[in-house]
Amino acid sequence: MSDFLNPAFWYSVIRVSTPILFGVLAALLSSITGTINIGIEGMMLMSAFWGTIVASFAQNPWIGLLAGVASSIILAVILAYFHLKLKTDLVIGGVALNLLSSGLTVFLLYAITGDKGSSASLRSFTIPRVDIPLVKEIPFVGKILSGHNALTYIAILSVFVVNYLVKKTPLGIRMRSVGENPDAAVSVGISVNRMKFLSLILSGILAGFGGAFLSMGYVSWFARDMTAGRGFISIAAQALGGNSALFGAFGALLFGIAEAAGITLQSLRIPSEITNMLPFVLTIVVLVIYARSKIRSHSRIQEQ
Amino acid sequence: MKKTLLVLEFTRFVITVGIALLIGYIFLLFSTDKPYEAFKLFLTGPLTTQRRFFEFLNNSVPLMMTGLALSLVFQAKVFNIGAEGQLFFGAFGAMLFALNFPQVSWLHLIMTLIGSALFGSIWAFVPAFLRTKWKASELVSSLMMNYISYFLVLFLVNNYFRDKSAGALVSYRFPQTAWLSVITKYRLNSGLFIAVLLSILMGLLIYRTKWGYQIRVIGVNKKFGLYSGMRTMSIMFWVQILSGAVAGLAGGIELTAMYRRFVWQSLPGYGFDGIIVAILARNNPFLVIPSALFIAYLRIGANIMGRTTGVAPEIVIVLQSLMILLITAEALLEKFKQKAIAKEAMKGE
Repeated sequence: MSDFLNPAFWYSVIRVSTPILFGVLAALLSSITGTINIGIEGMMLMSAFWGTIVASFAQNPWIGLLAGVASSIILAVILAYFHLKLKTDLVIGGVALNLLSSGLTVFLLYAITGDKGSSASLRSFTIPRVDIPLVKEIPFVGKILSGHNALTYIAILSVFVVNYLVKKTPLGIRMRSVGENPDAAVSVGISVNRMKFLSLILSGILAGFGGAFLSMGYVSWFARDMTAGRGFISIAAQALGGNSALFGAFGALLFGIAEAAGITLQSLRIPSEITNMLPFVLTIVVLVIYARSKIRSHSRIQEQ
Repeated sequence: MKKTLLVLEFTRFVITVGIALLIGYIFLLFSTDKPYEAFKLFLTGPLTTQRRFFEFLNNSVPLMMTGLALSLVFQAKVFNIGAEGQLFFGAFGAMLFALNFPQVSWLHLIMTLIGSALFGSIWAFVPAFLRTKWKASELVSSLMMNYISYFLVLFLVNNYFRDKSAGALVSYRFPQTAWLSVITKYRLNSGLFIAVLLSILMGLLIYRTKWGYQIRVIGVNKKFGLYSGMRTMSIMFWVQILSGAVAGLAGGIELTAMYRRFVWQSLPGYGFDGIIVAILARNNPFLVIPSALFIAYLRIGANIMGRTTGVAPEIVIVLQSLMILLITAEALLEKFKQKAIAKEAMKGE
């Protein structure tokens, strides 16, 4: 129990929540226009791959980050083009992208490094950690909040930026109107396809950041299928938060706690297979709670 | 009219495969000095020796089963893509029955296979129940169930059923009465016959029975089904259970015929390959047979290429996903389809 009062535990909660936080924002930005991005998992994986590879060749983590995000955007464009222009089913298109990333990253990893498992043979570059000057001095809290990867702070900042974008800006309102009632949106001159395209691209950018964090912050290498379901977990966490980036962030934190608790429990000799299951079981539980609350509010509206 | 549409469907297939192979070739250009040789091996590999040909047939068995499982749920537009986890849990179920059921010939094998189907449907039950009871997205929950299946089965097998005398992390060997036979010296998996038979049966179920008709109606227009008095929720539930049983059986057949132990330490991936098999077959169980053979052919071709030229065979996954995108692109060739329909309408006047 004392482990949970340790600042190191809560520090690791924030660390493991970071990719899910990006994923939640990616899911939010796509779902507000009614085009839920199932391909977040694949976009993260692709970005994680290109991030490490390009960083290693350019000898600069920031160029790697840029390349990672760019690769994720390319996937988003492919999905948007196929879904909006060629009418591929959104879910199947997303599943196809996930498969594409899984296969392509292993293929290229082998072609570049001669290893199918990880990029450990390449020299790795990671996004630096940042100490926050004043916060660092605060006892307990300082140890939790300071000294994280720069991308973690970008993730926290993004929560507020996305929240503002969705709730307050004309663009956000237009995007939401497309999601809630496309016909009404068209009637006031909003291009539904353009909004959906934009929301998938924005989703791709954030998924890209999440993926780059995995291979250049969380660890310092790329491993095959290293996203390990985080994209799907993000989609469930976002559902928990509805249209609010702030609530979504709490959802991400919840999964972070589950994952960090799993790591802690392993030190208590609980088998790793069992603790590894925790976030996935939690996802299903959360999904059910969310779905039930939705049914209840539905029936309440009908009663009135 | 029907003929023109069929020609268009076929054209779409040819274009799709053509584009996918072209992109595959471009990838080879960048990753090997002898792209032509590699490509040739990829395309003709499974036909070069008898052993490779049987390897290709054996590979098609689990693909046919998972493709069949997914085509059933896709028919109802239910995205329970947990075939991977169901297959894994089904294989675990087969192991339980194979190791614990009395060794009566035939009965033992039959019970083992039924056990795998039972465990597969237990795994499909969770997303199906959550979906029909609380409307929780079956897509996300079935994917989560894949991971849970993986960790849970691995935990149980490695801790309670591990054969410590074997060199690797595998379960105890199944008794001989639980073996599904393999034919000829190249070890052809006789599960192939089960898979083909089951595909035909499911095809008849979908296209020749009332229940199958209801599944198809729900897939096209759920509201219409509901308003015309179908019990849509119950049908959507049972089709997932059935699909889980087929996927579980796939795991059971694979273990009882090919390995005779529980051997997997990672997810074998057949559940995800089943997605392309089902989509290529347009969710038609009859067409799942050629579709699975086609994908197995590409798979083994890529493996042979990988063994001889050192190109990672994972390239075939890239090709598969491109094919999924292109095949499901409804608007592709739409113009021609419209023209054909218009032409037909004019003729009628």
